[in-house]
Amino acid sequence: MMKRNQLILGDKTLKDITDDICQPVETLPGKGWVGMFLGAKTLLLFYIFVLGMIVANGMGLLGVNHPNGWGTMIITFVFWIGIGHAGTLISAILFLFRQKWRTSVARTAEAMTVFAVMTAGLFPLLHTGRPWLDFWLFPYPNQRGPLWVNFRSPLLWDVFAVSTYATVSMVFWYVGLVPDFATLKDRAKNKIRRMIYGILSLGWRGTARNWSHYEMVYLILAGLSTPLVLSVHTIVSFDFAVSNLPGWHTTIFPPYFVAGAIFSGFAMVVTLMTLVRIGFPQFKDYITLDHMEVMNKIIMTTGLMVGYAYASEFFVAWYSGNPYERYVFMNRAGIPGTSGDYAWSYWIMVTCNVIIPQIFWMKWARRSIPVMFIVSIFVNIGMWFERFVITITSLHNDFLPSNWGNYAWSFWDGALLVGSFGMFLTLFLLYLRVFPAISIAEIKPVLPVGRNDHKGGH
Amino acid sequence: MAKLMPGLAAIFTDEHQVLEAARKSRDLGMTKFEAISPYPIHGMEDACGIKRSSIPYVAFVAGMTGLLGALALVWYTSVYDWPINVGGKPPFSLPAFIPIMFELTVLFAALSSVGALFYHCGIPRVDPPTIDPDLTCHKFAIFVPENESGYEAKKLETFYKSLGAESVKKVEAY
Repeated sequence: MMKRNQLILGDKTLKDITDDICQPVETLPGKGWVGMFLGAKTLLLFYIFVLGMIVANGMGLLGVNHPNGWGTMIITFVFWIGIGHAGTLISAILFLFRQKWRTSVARTAEAMTVFAVMTAGLFPLLHTGRPWLDFWLFPYPNQRGPLWVNFRSPLLWDVFAVSTYATVSMVFWYVGLVPDFATLKDRAKNKIRRMIYGILSLGWRGTARNWSHYEMVYLILAGLSTPLVLSVHTIVSFDFAVSNLPGWHTTIFPPYFVAGAIFSGFAMVVTLMTLVRIGFPQFKDYITLDHMEVMNKIIMTTGLMVGYAYASEFFVAWYSGNPYERYVFMNRAGIPGTSGDYAWSYWIMVTCNVIIPQIFWMKWARRSIPVMFIVSIFVNIGMWFERFVITITSLHNDFLPSNWGNYAWSFWDGALLVGSFGMFLTLFLLYLRVFPAISIAEIKPVLPVGRNDHKGGH
Repeated sequence: MAKLMPGLAAIFTDEHQVLEAARKSRDLGMTKFEAISPYPIHGMEDACGIKRSSIPYVAFVAGMTGLLGALALVWYTSVYDWPINVGGKPPFSLPAFIPIMFELTVLFAALSSVGALFYHCGIPRVDPPTIDPDLTCHKFAIFVPENESGYEAKKLETFYKSLGAESVKKVEAY
């Protein structure tokens, strides 16, 4: 039988695990965290200013114009929603597949999901142009007829998909946190901390009967989240695929979007985990190089899948014989005879998403923290450009040349994109200090994996 | 959720001991005792004789409610109350309604199962009783309430001590 590597290094006892994981919550932050937090918080304030300007002045501040009705907001929405998908994949799908290594990263990946979806959710709401009327998106009896929302529109499906996804992933995350909040409450040395974590723990006691129901609900939520997460990016891709625009109207979009989402999400998990390992050295025993290597393998696999999708789109465009479809793809790659205005973005995308992750064929690269950090950043960049390519290159040159025009990228587009990271990072940094970043109750049962001192055993 | 009862608690420091103690307690014919642990222990349900959770039925019924509720909603709004011709689709264009029906199925099933969890565990609960703060960290316990059949503090104390309990103490209410 093959000997498994230890999931948790350093021969920890149960008490050690609790102490290690609770340490960031129970001590004052160090200089590194404070520095990053001040940076992120300043960026968040800037973001609030940018959003205020856009709401006050209108969508005209951004580069959206006649042929390019969708721009930075939709691109960045798809980007952040996609990032969220890796969290649900780790917490739900890998749970169903009994992948025990997921335990170390599941909590933080889920936190990433929740914050990414929160960041993403703002964009379509603001992109309506009149966000104070966003309650019109929901079907409620009204005095305009009642005039109902259009249930045949993918944009409305998106309202339901994203709000369900946000709700269910937050509930899933919180259910996982409840026993750990109880742990923090019981350890609390001062009254205020005890009260806050007492409220958050909802009075959890951990009796065998409670655990029996708890484990069942966890399984049900994992089972429900699995089709849910696949449906969300499928429906996001319907926003594009259900229209008749060449470059959008393809059947490959749902699986292509889901693979891309997992790809970008895992890249973000690796980015964040390398930073967490640096910031909290005791977590290196829990989030080991083995964990990072597995995630890098997933990045490479999903990277190959999106690479296949890029190639397949070209083949289908050629095979369809449709001149508009063929033009859009030749134009994307900047083949002579087309305008090729955005070929640079296409080649950035291919370089970052298909070529650079190939380094993970080599084991030393998969296990090298600096290499994986750099690759994950490139993948994040590449996946933002993927959405840029899909949105802009399809819109800017469609059927009639008299209808063509380029996206008018403005200062506010860049500010919006950069600022959204301020929101995400502020939430994430606060999370690291306030919530236990690894699931205490879930990591303890996997402690014996790969150890020799099996007593009794199961 | 049963009312709080006074009783006796045996504290253990090893997962296998507490599992064994639960099994032996059940062999003695006890049914009301509770095993408390910082994490779910594999095999504890069997040892305590706990039946499979009924929450999947809740999830199924809630999911079906979500599915049919969504169908009713889209039918009423888009077919009956104000039918609009969208792209030449028939008024009752079921494929276009599937995403809404799916999402509401998941939403209802997920929220109801968590609601059922809260109901069965009696949470949220203000000021829950605690036996020992280490029970959410690295210790385990068996709690026997006074109304357990054949409850006898002295006898139980020696019984659990013989099974390796670190300490046995009286609990005012749990």
